[in-house]
Amino acid sequence: MIRFEDVSVTYEGAAGPTVAGVDFEVPEGELVLLAGPSGVGKSTVLGAVSGLVPHFTGGTLRGRVTVAGRDTRTHQPRELADVVGTVGQDPLAHFVTDTVEDELAYGMESLGLAPAVMRRRVEETLDLLGLAALRSRPIATLSGGQRQRVAIGSVLTPHPRVLVLDEPTSALDPAAAEEVLAVLQRLVHDLGTTILMAEHRLERVIQYADRMVLLPAPGATPLTGTPSEIMAVSPVHPPVIALGRLADWTPLPLTIRDARRQAAPLRARLADSPSRRDSPTPVSDPTPAPRQHRFRSRFRRTAPTPAPHHPHLAEVHSLSLRRDTTQALRHIDLTISQGETIALMGRNGAGKSTLLNTLVGLLTPTTGTVTVGGLTPHRTPPPTLIRQVGLVPQDPRDLLYADTVAAECAAADKDAEAAPGTCRALVSELLPDISDDIHPRDLSEGQRLALALAVVLTARPPLLLLDEPTRGLDYAAKARLVSVLRSLAAEGHAIVLATHDVELAAELAHRVVLLAEGEVIADGPMAEIVVSSPSFAPQVTKILAPQRWLTVAEVREALK
Amino acid sequence: MRPGDPGPSRDRGNSVAARAVPRTPGESQPRAPETTPTRFRPTLHPGAWWLWAISLGVAATRTTNPLLLALLLAASGYVVATHRSPAPWARSYTAFVRLALAVLLIRVLFAVALGSPIPGTHTLLTLPEVPLPHWAQGIRLGGRVTAEAVLFAAYDGLKLATLLVCVGAANALASPTRLLKSLPGALYETGVAVVVALTFAPHLIADVRRLRAARRLRGRPDRGLRGLLQVGLPVLEGALERSVALAAAMEARGYGRTAEVPARVRRTTAALTLGGLLGVCAGTYGLLTAEGGTYGLPVLLAGVLAALAGLRLGGRRSPRTRYRPDRWGVHAWLVTGSGAAVAALLTLASVRDPGALHPGVVPLVAPTLPLWPAAAVLLALLPAFAVPREPS
Repeated sequence: MIRFEDVSVTYEGAAGPTVAGVDFEVPEGELVLLAGPSGVGKSTVLGAVSGLVPHFTGGTLRGRVTVAGRDTRTHQPRELADVVGTVGQDPLAHFVTDTVEDELAYGMESLGLAPAVMRRRVEETLDLLGLAALRSRPIATLSGGQRQRVAIGSVLTPHPRVLVLDEPTSALDPAAAEEVLAVLQRLVHDLGTTILMAEHRLERVIQYADRMVLLPAPGATPLTGTPSEIMAVSPVHPPVIALGRLADWTPLPLTIRDARRQAAPLRARLADSPSRRDSPTPVSDPTPAPRQHRFRSRFRRTAPTPAPHHPHLAEVHSLSLRRDTTQALRHIDLTISQGETIALMGRNGAGKSTLLNTLVGLLTPTTGTVTVGGLTPHRTPPPTLIRQVGLVPQDPRDLLYADTVAAECAAADKDAEAAPGTCRALVSELLPDISDDIHPRDLSEGQRLALALAVVLTARPPLLLLDEPTRGLDYAAKARLVSVLRSLAAEGHAIVLATHDVELAAELAHRVVLLAEGEVIADGPMAEIVVSSPSFAPQVTKILAPQRWLTVAEVREALK
Repeated sequence: MRPGDPGPSRDRGNSVAARAVPRTPGESQPRAPETTPTRFRPTLHPGAWWLWAISLGVAATRTTNPLLLALLLAASGYVVATHRSPAPWARSYTAFVRLALAVLLIRVLFAVALGSPIPGTHTLLTLPEVPLPHWAQGIRLGGRVTAEAVLFAAYDGLKLATLLVCVGAANALASPTRLLKSLPGALYETGVAVVVALTFAPHLIADVRRLRAARRLRGRPDRGLRGLLQVGLPVLEGALERSVALAAAMEARGYGRTAEVPARVRRTTAALTLGGLLGVCAGTYGLLTAEGGTYGLPVLLAGVLAALAGLRLGGRRSPRTRYRPDRWGVHAWLVTGSGAAVAALLTLASVRDPGALHPGVVPLVAPTLPLWPAAAVLLALLPAFAVPREPS
């Protein structure tokens, strides 16, 4: 169905080809997963299928790409629109019309299908994707998961034989991701649709893949094979694979179910382990590390300090917040103490970002009080507030204004009244090999996050908030982020992460706060809360239940 | 999804739909009933709302009577309040109302500052007059401000403001994008480009707001002009990136596909369109000049017909079809009719009884409400009662 024949793509002005030696075939009715670290050209390979590379992006494509027998060299993307449906990384950039129903019909209108056919397919797709209740809703009012489903629906209605999806579940909460994947699996199984998909969150998708194409490094020749073959050698892999490699399971299990079947001996070994955890983990001791004292002395000079015996860094008391007509937060009570790492979880639109924005004073509470370091965030002048609390927003680009990394760092030092070079030192710590004159927009997703984190940390806020930090990060970047955040927590920073990534939360957090419809529905130690939840439990927990293990690292430690 | 496969799509659809309904995790409701009532598509043709609003605008230009204008504003506002769509773009009504207020204020301020040709005897206050050089004769800065001049400016400004509010009402009742669906096929692609360009501005404003807020996170004040300038470049970059992404998505979804048409049809299309436009130009010229009174109208009509035929033929090049096109039904006639009646009756009244529709300012008199024109304006309320509401 899709055939790549020795394809290489070189963009204009690039030193070498972005991808080279791509040569594989996707047979009809298969779901093929494209994996690899970020920046290896996954999006380029996907774009070549729909013809957007090189017709739209420019650059030179050598070799040949054929889709359903049509050569992309002689067919413009619009002439492939009836066989290929493409959904990019950002569904919002994909929408042409205002309402859900019109959006589903748009592609068919362009292809000139008969009105009766369009009507029937729109109704079918609304049912298939569970969008019937949203049919006349303006797209601007939908949540992230709903938008992703509308975007997929909008390319399904013309009945393409090939679907190309770039990170379809990265922005979704676990339950919404499972829904989208269930729909994709149905398309493959029942309708014989061919799907080529790139995704960083392998733990979500690998069980659905028939085959995998692995791009190991930029410009390197891709490997193809069955998921278990590829996973045995892949530099990127989900926790279930890591556990399988650790325990030497053969064949390597890809799903929780396969892994559980082989896990009995491992469970038995772990049962005798001294660090076995059947009881909830105590929240780590919030004693400030020595380095913390240095920051404290800095605050005394420059900013009002919270009372020294103040037990909590931030307190939220019966906070409610209305936005337009929706009640975004209801009666939230929350305290954040020094050295704590809290994972804020819940489905898309549950109020996680709203709560974080309230803590930095971007939003004003309707009722209730918020205090951070003894200050009321929305009434505190920004230069004072950034010494108490820092937020890395969902899109780190919002924080970056300058045109080089060096200028960005200089500006950050000035904003925070820190010694010149403070920010640059932090950047070098987080991103060892980054040059001064690179434009922040040219950085990869993970590098940009690190730069934004450095900018926020320049003011040394004791409370650090991160909104959805792992979106678009590969496992390596995520591992670096985890180690950075761990050392910050050890220094005494309190960290609050709003995230859908249960594996990240399991690695980092001591405490979980679950939000639903603007209310706190659970607040307690990580191990206690996630173990009981089918969608928020990490893979290792599911495999080793009823024992309570959260991460591969813990298991490795216990086996030593 | 494909025809002949309705079975599985139904049961999956149900369980997925259950998620779209708000529910708390923990309580498992695999088959939650759809609590949202079935939504009907807005049944009224968007063109009807636009014609209604434009007719009200025309009616507003026929009078300066503040009582009649206020009645028009109230009537259109009431219809908007009952029938506007719940969509975000319907909020533009408030923006239009603010703009109208600004226009009214500016008109009055100009009359105060620059004086007015209206002779008046009731001096309200005297501003210091700025002496101007002789080449600026006829322009006055400051000086006597009379009640008559201010009142005249206020009447005039109110007329303009009413016109603006009527346009705002059209926007709130039917988005321009919906109107686009009724455009002839040959013009559709240009129309999409225009609409995308129009939505560029609101997106840009949203970006500016978001980035200015993010300045707080850097410890910089989020207000003030400097803040605006500093986010300027990132905002433009972001908007450009989004436009390119949208263009790519539209291209990949078949925007701009053309159908093969015989060369003969293509040539006929070009000839008809060009000839038609020339005819329109010549006809208009004829109508406007004194000696062309005889041939002006027929040439204009022929030109319009030829251009329309060209457009229709040109539509063949585009293979587009329309999904659920809006139908022009009884309600559309009612809405358009009520608007047209208001415009016609007020035009008639302005001819028959100009005094009542243009209350004098010299000498100063209190405006009175002329009875039957006021009753005519109330006809504009008909859609509020006759047209079924969109469920919200």
